[in-house]
Amino acid sequence: MRIGVFVCQCGTNIAGTVDTRAVAQRALDYPDVVFATDYMYTCSEPGQQEIQNAIAEHRLQGVVVAACSPRMHEPTFRRAVEKAGLNRYMFEMANIREHVSWIGQDRAANTLKAMELVRMAVEKLRRNEPLFASEVPINKRVLVIGGGVAGIQAALDCADAGLDVVLVEREQSIGGKMAKLDKTFPTIDCSSCILGPKMVDVAQKENITLHAYSEVESVSGYIGNFTVKIRKKATYVDWDACTGCGLCMEKCPSKKTVDRFNEALGVTTAIQIPFPQAIPKKARIQKDACRYFTTGKCKVCQKICPTGAVHYDMEDREVVEEVGAIIVATGYDLFDPAPYGEYGAGRYPDVITGIQFERILSASGPFGGHVKRPSDGKEPKDIVFVACVGSRDKSVDRPYCSGICCMYIAKQAILARDHLPGVNCYVFYMDIRSPGKNYDEFVRRAIEEYGVQYIRGRVGKIYPNGDRMVVQGADTLLGAQVEVEADLVVLATGVESSRGAKELAEKLRISYDQYGFYMESHPKLRPVETNTAGVYLAGACQGPKDIPASVAQGSAAAAKVLALFARDTIATDPQVAGVLESACIGCGKCLSVCPFGAIQWKTLRDGSRKADVLETVCQGCGLCNATCPPKAIQLRHFTDDQILAELDALCA
Amino acid sequence: MSEKNERQLRIVGFLCNWCSYGGADTAGVCRFKQPPLLRIIRIPCTGRMDPLFVVKALAQGADGVLVSGCHPKDCHYAVGNFYARRRLELVKRFLPFVGLDPRRFHYTWVSASEGQRWQEVVTEFSAVIQELGPNPGIGADTPMETAGQAASAFA
Amino acid sequence: MKAKPMKRTIAYYPGCSLEGLAEEYDRSTRAVCRALGLELVEIPDWNCCGSTPAHSYNPLLSAALAGRNLALAEEAGLDTVMTPCPGCLKALKGALHKQGEDPNGFQDALGRPFEGKVRAVSVLQLLAERIGPEALRKAVRRPFRDAPVAPYYGCLLTRPAAFAQFDDPENPVSMDRILEAIGCAVPDFPFKTECCGATYGVTRNPIVTRLTGRILDMAVRAGAAAVAVACPLCQQNLDLRQAQVEKAAGRRFRLPVVYITQLVGLALGLTPEEVGLDKLFVSPESLIMNLDAESETADSLSNAG
Repeated sequence: MRIGVFVCQCGTNIAGTVDTRAVAQRALDYPDVVFATDYMYTCSEPGQQEIQNAIAEHRLQGVVVAACSPRMHEPTFRRAVEKAGLNRYMFEMANIREHVSWIGQDRAANTLKAMELVRMAVEKLRRNEPLFASEVPINKRVLVIGGGVAGIQAALDCADAGLDVVLVEREQSIGGKMAKLDKTFPTIDCSSCILGPKMVDVAQKENITLHAYSEVESVSGYIGNFTVKIRKKATYVDWDACTGCGLCMEKCPSKKTVDRFNEALGVTTAIQIPFPQAIPKKARIQKDACRYFTTGKCKVCQKICPTGAVHYDMEDREVVEEVGAIIVATGYDLFDPAPYGEYGAGRYPDVITGIQFERILSASGPFGGHVKRPSDGKEPKDIVFVACVGSRDKSVDRPYCSGICCMYIAKQAILARDHLPGVNCYVFYMDIRSPGKNYDEFVRRAIEEYGVQYIRGRVGKIYPNGDRMVVQGADTLLGAQVEVEADLVVLATGVESSRGAKELAEKLRISYDQYGFYMESHPKLRPVETNTAGVYLAGACQGPKDIPASVAQGSAAAAKVLALFARDTIATDPQVAGVLESACIGCGKCLSVCPFGAIQWKTLRDGSRKADVLETVCQGCGLCNATCPPKAIQLRHFTDDQILAELDALCA
Repeated sequence: MSEKNERQLRIVGFLCNWCSYGGADTAGVCRFKQPPLLRIIRIPCTGRMDPLFVVKALAQGADGVLVSGCHPKDCHYAVGNFYARRRLELVKRFLPFVGLDPRRFHYTWVSASEGQRWQEVVTEFSAVIQELGPNPGIGADTPMETAGQAASAFA
Repeated sequence: MKAKPMKRTIAYYPGCSLEGLAEEYDRSTRAVCRALGLELVEIPDWNCCGSTPAHSYNPLLSAALAGRNLALAEEAGLDTVMTPCPGCLKALKGALHKQGEDPNGFQDALGRPFEGKVRAVSVLQLLAERIGPEALRKAVRRPFRDAPVAPYYGCLLTRPAAFAQFDDPENPVSMDRILEAIGCAVPDFPFKTECCGATYGVTRNPIVTRLTGRILDMAVRAGAAAVAVACPLCQQNLDLRQAQVEKAAGRRFRLPVVYITQLVGLALGLTPEEVGLDKLFVSPESLIMNLDAESETADSLSNAG
């Protein structure tokens, strides 16, 4: 092999403490090295040109660049050598900046160390082989899991671009948490007025297949070619026949069913459509509340249904969808305030959560938009909001800020004052966190124009006094204990990961943090990608988020899918494991350690069983390589041979 | 032919590409000064670490071996470092049996943002190796009781 | 919740209050345990738990001081130490916590072998976990006929949560369940763990009359005919000082403040004398009227537990 070595001075970044000329000179002594030089800025346009010229002039077959970290410029130099006709993997970098010149002042020691790192790179390169990406066709359909605002946005953007979209929603209707909101901050525009049309769009787009009241059972395959099993849960109503007329709801005798859409503030029927704008607008029987299912007698809905859509014998059904990419937009759940025994949520009807108050404010809510308290239906004269219930509190294992509560409290206080001009609103808060366009102005409006009284301090106890509640807390600005009597107390419960988020993550093979939020590929630069190729994130499943951020991520994830689908095939990273079949003993250890299920059995004609790597699934971690007893499976570009060569270079 | 002739102590580092290699880069970017003993080999994941690499390095005369990866539960490949942790712990206990001083081998977890911690890891381990001096090779600096202790640790 | 099975023989640590002001708590605790088939063995040569002053002087030595009692119980081969007084309980549980953190240092300070294998429980915890509300309900001979009794736990019985490891620290319910089991009606009582003023009764009496007054006021507003307690100090402030509170507040409460063991004892068929009811300052007569005298047909006591 004919190897060229290029030692970068990086201005004085490297040359300041490393004798680059000497390093280049020394490299000429190493085996196969036929050319070596140093250069001021190797990554610059003329620097790259210099490499390309040398490749042509000296008929180089491999290149070593001793410069900065490969995490910085490896792709740059790989492109450069590729332009000059070399395979991009016939290239190695020696990191003599971050690992040498920047961390030591001793010029002699640094120079020596740089020489060794170059030697190491040369020895590795001598064992490199050209690698070629393989191409696999892409199935240009996308699965969106979760039909909240983030998932809706992602689905619509993909559908607008002409993609086939499969949207899976766990609940009976899409809309997510946003469908439950009355108004949205900081503009006070009506939530269902801005979300409703988008929901209708989802129903009307011919290239969106909506599976509502369905869950993802299993996911197999890899980027470009996923197979997803979806369980359509039994609704006991044939949705193809159901017209959503609502006659069944009028006649259903089980009228005391807890209304989950209204956060248990009201009652509904056992057969029901959750809210008027539901998409799909189809009825479902809640089995545990249904008189027929519990007593065996009734069948009123079946008799009344004009289209004969009710079928009590319906069972869960499984459908299989083939897609090329997956957008996960499973959203969030709200903290259950039960661990705060001192607040009495659940014990006192007039201590409610923020989302419950949202339903009270809503014109389609349990009280038709009249602000009343749940216990006796009286209009409240004083409302206390308690911030950070289940946020920024280690004692309940929720140390993070939920990000939205400060804003939704301000909104709810403003709305409460709009509904009932005489009501006094108090807010107990720790800090006001209102970064975002027009957000802080909005909170100031609550305080200054709407006269909402903000008290900085935690609440210690909430207890009843007659038919009112007493909120006992600290005012840390006054340095005093305060007690506020209220007719209604709203706990601003925080955001937590969606129920079942971890189980879904296991199916998708994506990682999640200790609170169950999904991990993005890079916290700053790859916010909607996951470490599983072809799986993207949108919305609050990745962490607490408000509506604008969720929508932005929905569009961002759609853009990533469109970029992926802009090509007909996908090039896979060739730095993957490969099996030397003659050495494989068929022990199966690699199959059991592979975190990605990328290794499967393959039977040869003689009947023997060998490991076989699915190159598109393999992520190149090398776990199998370290595990394989006869070393039959080798991670390309990081083979035992290559690593031991580096080691030999250092120890010899 | 080797620079080793000048007989400077050297440590071979195996760093995972995603966390610790990045952490070492971060330390460099922040100009956190470190002793010049360490030479770093980049591997995709500590799960790629064959125990053989550790033994070979020490047997061939490296004065120390340092392996560092992502913190447990933060592995880029989800579980690679869990496998590494088991294997490396066993290697450490196994070294006395082949006559290598287990103090010359250290493994740890450093994330890409922990430049400061990387500096501490390198400085501390370099001091250990300085203290131990040159690696005399297999069998030479392992008192029998160390092996005995290791044996009882297995029991 | 269900703890590992304890032996029927339990080491008993009365503490100083139960030898003095709270003599009726001691008497009723022993009587109830006897009636429920639990054998209490008073720890031989028990010493002061350290109360409040010791741990502010030296945390380790004060833990060892309380720990000596645990070590004595362990030497006697017992695995559970029960103390009715929450102050003592906190000292004992704190000693176990300290021992768990640093077994060797603790043993050095203690100066005698101690493995830390014993548990420390309150009499309430013993009733709630060892007997349980269901078994208690079966053992009852004279249930209270829906007498409204407010459960007042005080500050220390369930806190600090890290030591106590019992019930909900902010909204405990174990006493509620026991009161229900003996036939009481338990109103929602928001001040279960509010401060009674503790030892300020002597030094800054107005603090106690104000805080205790709030608790009594809340009990009355909750519709309670009596307050059940499990702490000698709470009992003292609510009962002995009720007259002071009434004077300060300018109103009359006349609310009996009764130990939970006294109530359980009465329901088990023990006489008022056996549970020391005569020791109370506010007469519990109205409460006794609520006992169902006819209902003596319940399962025999030997079935309990």
